[in-house]
Amino acid sequence: MLKVSQLTKSFGDQEVLHGLTTTFPEHQTTVILGPSGSGKSTLLRSLNFLERPESGHYNFDGKDLDWSQPISNATILQIRRHTEMVFQGYNLFPHLSVLKNITEGPIHVLRHDKATAQTEAQQLLAKVGLADKADEYPSQLSGGQSQRVAIARSLAMHPEYIFLDEPTSALDPELELGVLKVLLQIAKEKQSMIIVTHNLAFARQVADKILFVENGHILFDGPNQDFFGTQNQRILDFISAMTFSDLAGD
Amino acid sequence: MWQIIQTASPQLIKAGLKYTIPIAVIAFAIGLAIALVTALIRLSQKRGGFLIIKTLFRFYVWVFRSTPLLVQLFIVYFGLPYLKIQGLSPHGIQLDPVVAGILTFSLNTGAYCSETIRASILSINQGQWEAAYSIGMTRTMALFRIILPQAIRISLPPLANSFISLVKDTSLAASITIVEMFEVSQQIAAQNYQPLVMYMLVAVYYAVFCTLLTWLQGYLEKVTSRYIVAK
Repeated sequence: MLKVSQLTKSFGDQEVLHGLTTTFPEHQTTVILGPSGSGKSTLLRSLNFLERPESGHYNFDGKDLDWSQPISNATILQIRRHTEMVFQGYNLFPHLSVLKNITEGPIHVLRHDKATAQTEAQQLLAKVGLADKADEYPSQLSGGQSQRVAIARSLAMHPEYIFLDEPTSALDPELELGVLKVLLQIAKEKQSMIIVTHNLAFARQVADKILFVENGHILFDGPNQDFFGTQNQRILDFISAMTFSDLAGD
Repeated sequence: MWQIIQTASPQLIKAGLKYTIPIAVIAFAIGLAIALVTALIRLSQKRGGFLIIKTLFRFYVWVFRSTPLLVQLFIVYFGLPYLKIQGLSPHGIQLDPVVAGILTFSLNTGAYCSETIRASILSINQGQWEAAYSIGMTRTMALFRIILPQAIRISLPPLANSFISLVKDTSLAASITIVEMFEVSQQIAAQNYQPLVMYMLVAVYYAVFCTLLTWLQGYLEKVTSRYIVAK
């Protein structure tokens, strides 16, 4: 179980997250929604220590860390072994083949046997529908294919949690569909995930839990159906804007 | 004129193979090592006492980029013998001219190349570091396995510039008594009174070696760009 409490993060003298407290249940998919600039990505990146909050507590499987205290590199590495990040811009390693992108972590970080890592990478590529792309370079892939390789790369590390930061925002709807199908499949297999997305239709299908973040505050924290059945006017407006339901009206 | 070229060429080539090329190659190899270390130290995020080391390396780059190479050669070869420090070097530091030359050329090219390498590392997208950290790599591992392999490709053209410059700058070694290619051409010109032919001839030999290096650059660029594939 992953929990944060009183998470506060500033850039310069501007505070962007104002003491957030929430939990991210195991074997469930938590979707973080909210307008641009609300602090969703900063929250997600803080969970992987790519951003460093000034204060608050981080609790992973009972192990508590105080962000206001110095945290050793060894501890950060330990946490990152249990968590993986999938980025909006994919961030595949361009100098490595698709297969080596996936085996890089298992072989060199986890020190797994090379043959085993390669076999598993092939299986993961088949799972994301790219079995024939193992020997290509990232520059030869489409955006949708790149993101599916990035998902396979994160799965290869067997993380407890996968964090996805707007994984389909750079893709056109057709390519997006391929990536979303893969994510839905992984969610069904009870992989713990936290997804930042702007795609409400997808959120509705994949989320067990929804966090709605605005201006660095959590406005909603609860089950999927409660979010979409809410009477909160701000959330209703947000849903309406994101689904273009009022496009014809004034 | 052919006769002049025929008699002078073996002497020039001999001096080139004995001094010009070995000095350039050895100095560049050492210079690259110095450059990599300097770039990595200057990019390090370590704080505290390490800041003193960073400042020292910044000072080194500043010194060697701010003073003429010829003056640096003179200081090391003619000046250091007068650096008499009680207990450390009571009789000054007297270096063999080739050693003094290689030392100075290495430090000089190392200062320039460190900036090339630093820039090429900085040019790699921050997302590459983040992806490496995300799969659990340490900063050192990310640097050597993910960042440097990409940075090398970008640094190749400017590094080749530095190498080619260095080859030609070795002609300055003539001034610290090394009988390299340019020194030999001066000596022959003084005997046969054919300065135009002699200096044109030695220029051609420098150009030949630099052309070979240009080809090597092209080959290395091709090898390191294999992963850039047009769709």
